[in-house]
Amino acid sequence: MLELRGIVKRFPGVLANDGIDFELLPGEIHTLLGENGAGKSTLMKIVYGLYRPDAGEILVDGTRVDIHRPTDAIELGIGMVHQHFMLVDTLTVAENVAMGLRSSRRPLTDLDVVAERIVELGERFGLPVDPHAVIWQLSVGQRQRVEILKALYRDARLLILDEPTAVLTPQEADQLFDTLRTMTEDGRGIIFISHKLREVLALSDRITVLRHGKVVGEVDDPTAVTREDLARMMVGRDVKLAPDKAPARPGPARLRVRGLRVHGDRGTEAVSGIDLEVRGGEIVGIAGVSGNGQRELAEAIAGLRRPVAGEILVGEVDVAGSSPAEIHAAGVRYISEARMREGAIPGFTVAENLLLVDHGDPRFRRGVLFDDRAIEEHGRRLVAEYRVKTPGLDTPVEHLSGGNIQKLIVARELSARPDVLIAAQPTRGVDIGAAEYIHARLVEERDRGTAVLVISEDLDEILALADRIAVIYEGRIVDVVDRAEADREVLGLMMAGGHPGSGGETAAAAGGAAR
Amino acid sequence: MSDLLDQAIVVTAIAGGIRLAVPLLLAGLGETFGQRSGVLNLGVDGIMLLGAFAGYYTVLQIGNVWLGLAVGLVVGAVLGLATAFISVTLGAEQGISGIGVYLFGLGLSDLLFQKLVGTPRPIDSFPRVPIPGLSSIPVVGEMFFRHSLVVYLAFLLVPASIFVINRTTFGMNIRAVGENPEAADSVGVSVARVRYATVLIGGVLAGMAGAALAIDLGIFQQNLTNAQGFIAVALVYFGAWRPLGVMGGALLYGLVNSVVLQLKTLGIIPRSWSDIAAMAPAVITILALVLVARRFRQPAALAKPFLREA
Repeated sequence: MLELRGIVKRFPGVLANDGIDFELLPGEIHTLLGENGAGKSTLMKIVYGLYRPDAGEILVDGTRVDIHRPTDAIELGIGMVHQHFMLVDTLTVAENVAMGLRSSRRPLTDLDVVAERIVELGERFGLPVDPHAVIWQLSVGQRQRVEILKALYRDARLLILDEPTAVLTPQEADQLFDTLRTMTEDGRGIIFISHKLREVLALSDRITVLRHGKVVGEVDDPTAVTREDLARMMVGRDVKLAPDKAPARPGPARLRVRGLRVHGDRGTEAVSGIDLEVRGGEIVGIAGVSGNGQRELAEAIAGLRRPVAGEILVGEVDVAGSSPAEIHAAGVRYISEARMREGAIPGFTVAENLLLVDHGDPRFRRGVLFDDRAIEEHGRRLVAEYRVKTPGLDTPVEHLSGGNIQKLIVARELSARPDVLIAAQPTRGVDIGAAEYIHARLVEERDRGTAVLVISEDLDEILALADRIAVIYEGRIVDVVDRAEADREVLGLMMAGGHPGSGGETAAAAGGAAR
Repeated sequence: MSDLLDQAIVVTAIAGGIRLAVPLLLAGLGETFGQRSGVLNLGVDGIMLLGAFAGYYTVLQIGNVWLGLAVGLVVGAVLGLATAFISVTLGAEQGISGIGVYLFGLGLSDLLFQKLVGTPRPIDSFPRVPIPGLSSIPVVGEMFFRHSLVVYLAFLLVPASIFVINRTTFGMNIRAVGENPEAADSVGVSVARVRYATVLIGGVLAGMAGAALAIDLGIFQQNLTNAQGFIAVALVYFGAWRPLGVMGGALLYGLVNSVVLQLKTLGIIPRSWSDIAAMAPAVITILALVLVARRFRQPAALAKPFLREA
């Protein structure tokens, strides 16, 4: 139903799509797989009319088409669920769906008619949602349903989903996959974009792998390949998806959080009484869906957010409410999830960014001035040791790739030889090669005896790194489990707030039976 | 005797407050449309001044107050389009470009006045149109139903605005574009077209507001509006981007102004204090703003230009 021939798209300095061919059949789920910057999103934005290709042609049902803008795509029956939802938070579900459509009662709205059809479509495709609810009241999973309903309402026969599961719990993702299969049984085609290899294998009928703007592989039978095969195609070499890891040999507790309460940006409670302990020589992973208090927890420990109540003991010292400098001095280092906002200063050079936390250290000073030679030596050593790919020490970090900026931040924080390390989303948006390297360094840090707290929304990352896993939901720790006893299904239920003691047991049994 | 006098004073003050609220109400309603769609127009006062001069000059030359109002409206429309071009098409920083429009209106209206008129000459004002029946109710009739058509029109625009914003597709698009223009754009709502329309409405109403003010006073002078256009912008915040709230704010401002005027006329406020008393409405409005408006969230895309990526 869709065919792309030789699509080329250039941006200043980058060839984002370099002659891409792609095809989608009716009733098919065709996955587009690739690293960040491989050209997946660019290609889909071309199909949806957000970008114009520099060369190549698009065929819909065998006819050449020109897609200048999203409305052209919609008219051709193409719908897109964007990674960042295209919803107006202050409008209702029905208003969001009706937006841009011709009302049957012009110039007035016909929201009651729209609402009725939303309910119909919701029942048919397993997407229940209240048409009169205002978007900001809905959960992320419900919002995604609205996005899909928007496309179905416009009679999309071809649906593009850009990283749809990034914000979902595993169970919500399974529900989504059921919906998608219902849609393909109906003869609709789906283009699925993801980098979660497990899902890609479970869902796809066909996989096309992109690297550096080119098609580097096609998989017609996903059952015949492994995650490692896909990763190799994406990166171009063998990749270890999980770091080699000896069993942890934990020592005494180095970070103890007791009864911690922290407010979020809106002044409401984001962390509601958390107790947590991380021992030296172990990695504790915090698993959870985005927005359940992870960021506030990390920021409170790092001194960026003042807790309302509770203790944060580093060794025997309570650092709750201390300044970041005092917390650094206590031996805590923090890798922020906001890489370009808190982790690095984009316009500063590599050497300067490596110095950000330690600029007051006498090693780098001569009197009141900086000791340029010491700074340069420090930078040169870290860049080499942590394999940061950069043209030079005086290159502004904004010119580096995400993976290299993250390696730089990791280098800066680990070089301080901390006792406690907080790593928030350490590999989000980072290429597989850099992620592999960062994972290995975190494990190495653990083996050195550091207490490591890893916060991640990627359950695979938590399972690969953590020795113990704490699940966070609505500002509370639902439970802490040993990695050896951790079950993906049970963790998923806990991430949605289910307690293991109650419904969790049966669900765990069901999950076990399903394997 | 003294009771009757007191009553007369109150009636005059309230009727005067309603009259004084009209320019603010018109300009504020117009600004509400713009802001709900994400465009902050700080040039309202400049548009009002040019509308005021155009209206005044038309009446001076031709003698028809309604034609004067219409010419003010047209001038407002032209300046509204210019504002839309600057802030929507060019994507200018709205806080700065609005000040530019204001200074342009302030300077040009005075220049034209000096060149074309010179010494102030009074003009006809809007005739009062008592509403049959209602106007003969004691006290209430005098306060509410013995005004000019412009006053009735301005207050009728309040329910009309509420209806347009909440019940029509156009209104829904305005709200969408002011909150999340990317989302609106992605389903084919033209952000530029919606914002041009709302800024045009804002210009038309600001031009009308200016003309109404000049014709109501029957005079024009340099800086006639005395920053009422800025008060109108503030009233939109005060009114939490809702027509009813804007009306409340305009009435409050009009009433305080009217009462101060009364007190001055009656000699209760000494002459030497009159400058300080003149500040009262502005101060009260600002206080109310600080206390009231903080509880409401402004349109998320307010004052943010939307330019689609390549």
